[in-house]
Amino acid sequence: MSKKIGDVILDLQNISLRFGGVKALTDISFNVRQHEIRAIIGPNGAGKSSMLNVINGVYHPQEGQIFWHGQERKRMEPHMAAQQNIARTFQNIALFKGMTVLDNIMTGRITKMKANFIEHALWFGRAKNEELEHRKKVEEVIDFLEIQHIRKTPVGRLPYGLQKRVELGRALAAEPSMLLLDEPMAGMNVEEKQDMCRFILDVNDQFGTTIVLIEHDMGVVMDISDRVVVLDYGKKIGDGVPDEVKNNEDVIRAYLGAGH
Amino acid sequence: MLYREAGQFKTTYAADQQLFPIRQDRIGVLVLLAVAFFGVPLLASEYWFSAILIPFLIFALAALGLNILTGYAGQLSLGSAAFMAVGAYAAYNFQLRIEGMPILLSFICGGLTAAGVGILFGLPSLRIKGFYLAVATLAAQFFIVWCLTKFPWLSNNSSSGVISTQQLIILGYELKTPVEKYLLVLSIVVVLALAAKNLVRSSTGRAWMAVRDMDVAASVIGIKLMPTKLLAFAISSFYCGVAGALYAFCYLGSVEPDGFSLEMSFKILFMIIIGGVGSIMGSFMGAAFILLLPIFLDVALPFLAGIFGLPFSSATVSHIQILVFGALIMFFLIVEPHGLARLWQIAKEKLRLWPFPH
Ligand SMILES: Nc1ncnc2c1ncn2[C@@H]1O[C@H](COP(=O)(O)OP(=O)(O)O)[C@@H](O)[C@H]1O
Ligand SMILES: [Mg+2]
Repeated sequence: MSKKIGDVILDLQNISLRFGGVKALTDISFNVRQHEIRAIIGPNGAGKSSMLNVINGVYHPQEGQIFWHGQERKRMEPHMAAQQNIARTFQNIALFKGMTVLDNIMTGRITKMKANFIEHALWFGRAKNEELEHRKKVEEVIDFLEIQHIRKTPVGRLPYGLQKRVELGRALAAEPSMLLLDEPMAGMNVEEKQDMCRFILDVNDQFGTTIVLIEHDMGVVMDISDRVVVLDYGKKIGDGVPDEVKNNEDVIRAYLGAGH
Repeated sequence: MLYREAGQFKTTYAADQQLFPIRQDRIGVLVLLAVAFFGVPLLASEYWFSAILIPFLIFALAALGLNILTGYAGQLSLGSAAFMAVGAYAAYNFQLRIEGMPILLSFICGGLTAAGVGILFGLPSLRIKGFYLAVATLAAQFFIVWCLTKFPWLSNNSSSGVISTQQLIILGYELKTPVEKYLLVLSIVVVLALAAKNLVRSSTGRAWMAVRDMDVAASVIGIKLMPTKLLAFAISSFYCGVAGALYAFCYLGSVEPDGFSLEMSFKILFMIIIGGVGSIMGSFMGAAFILLLPIFLDVALPFLAGIFGLPFSSATVSHIQILVFGALIMFFLIVEPHGLARLWQIAKEKLRLWPFPH
């Protein structure tokens, strides 16, 4: 397992994030290595989603530094994360409801499409070829996720589990080097969870994508992740390989205390 | 069984990504175009051209413009008529002030001027949404009409801003008859409608819809919100601007700023609500519906009143018109937000299975 894992590509140092009086994150440091599956766990409200939002520039921490491939990152806007090949899914599904599955996933490739609106309007130049070329890539994603049958369905009409899968597809279409997944298995039944696990492992394995994963199902987390960081009330209380974390007393206390 | 896509398997992505992927739709559109270009000029009367068909096409174009902004990009606007006014007055001034300016180029420049003004009034959309944005576009509506009345230069010093448009000369040939004007308007509208269809099926359109449906997710994917929204304002206003120029040059021949009223903006908004928000075809259906309904009621109501022996006045007609409009708009807003275009789609889906219900 460990031999595939490379250098640290994302390093967060002493991150603090506040919303008015609420301390969402307090002095958190941790890193992510290339090709690993890095889990973030913790009770509700611990600051896990906020952490992902810091990583891809939706939230801006008041304190701390972020290094991406060794370079300190300046204040970043969300669309810059896409340019740096970071893709994500959301805790509450954030698909484009009025569009079909195909169009949602095509949208994932938007930063790679270069034709401008005049070429689009007149359907000349790069417009047509790009559409075909990227459609091919998108079809690969659709095949990979086994959702061929719902290609043309508006996403709003799909059941929850499939919507989560389409959202993963939209993120994968960008061919990200790092993928942030916010509770990708929440609300799924056992079978759907197994499928999702398989997809995550395959993505990691076949494309070498680094994955940062928030998940509540401890079985899954301990099974598939290489390292785990544990948050509680915005503080880091544990960090290490699954076995270490499992036996960490603070972690056990936090989970028992929170009624898990 | 008349309308079926079964058996039409797409073997290439190119085939699947055509403008109209289903064969019946392709044929339908071609037939419609043939009728519009060749059939209608033979059949329709002068009254039909100048009172119904030309305004229908022009309003459909304006509705299409608003639909790009509101239906596809999700930005509500109450300033469509004002952007039409910009197009009309700009085209007039380009004709007036530039020697030998081709009329079509004036229309395009009118559209581009409207696009520029549209971008300006689109700037608030970067900060505000929905209701508040609608109020900001309302400001555009009043401000633009006020400017056109206030600055005489814009109307070549005519009293109260009335302008009489120049002749329509294309390649040395003057278009005078209603049918010639109709064909000119039709050609422009067809070209712009196809361009709109291309836009919304490309990544430009996907970016708009992404911003409309979920802006945080859109920006995380790499869509820059500001250029995306402003492009929607620009293109939408371009369409409205060209529609305004056609309204002045090909329909009325003489317009005043107050003609481009808030009421007209609302009329265009109702067209897309009834026709279908986020549908190119819906823009045409909505325009036809809103323009034809009053004509229909004008004929039908006195007739009905006669049958039932009720007292009747023209004031009653206009009251009933307002009632019917209100009821329809509430119906579409509540029951079928995707409008006539969606109802048409459902009808097609039924036809696809007909005569077997399952
Ligand atoms: N946009 C926001 N505005 C205000 N408070 C927020 C915002 N996002 C998160 N928080 C607060 O930050 C804390 C951590 O939230 P979150 O990161 O969503 O936790 P988790 O994902 O671990 O459940 C919570 O107290 C939450 O209320
Ligand atoms: Mg969360």
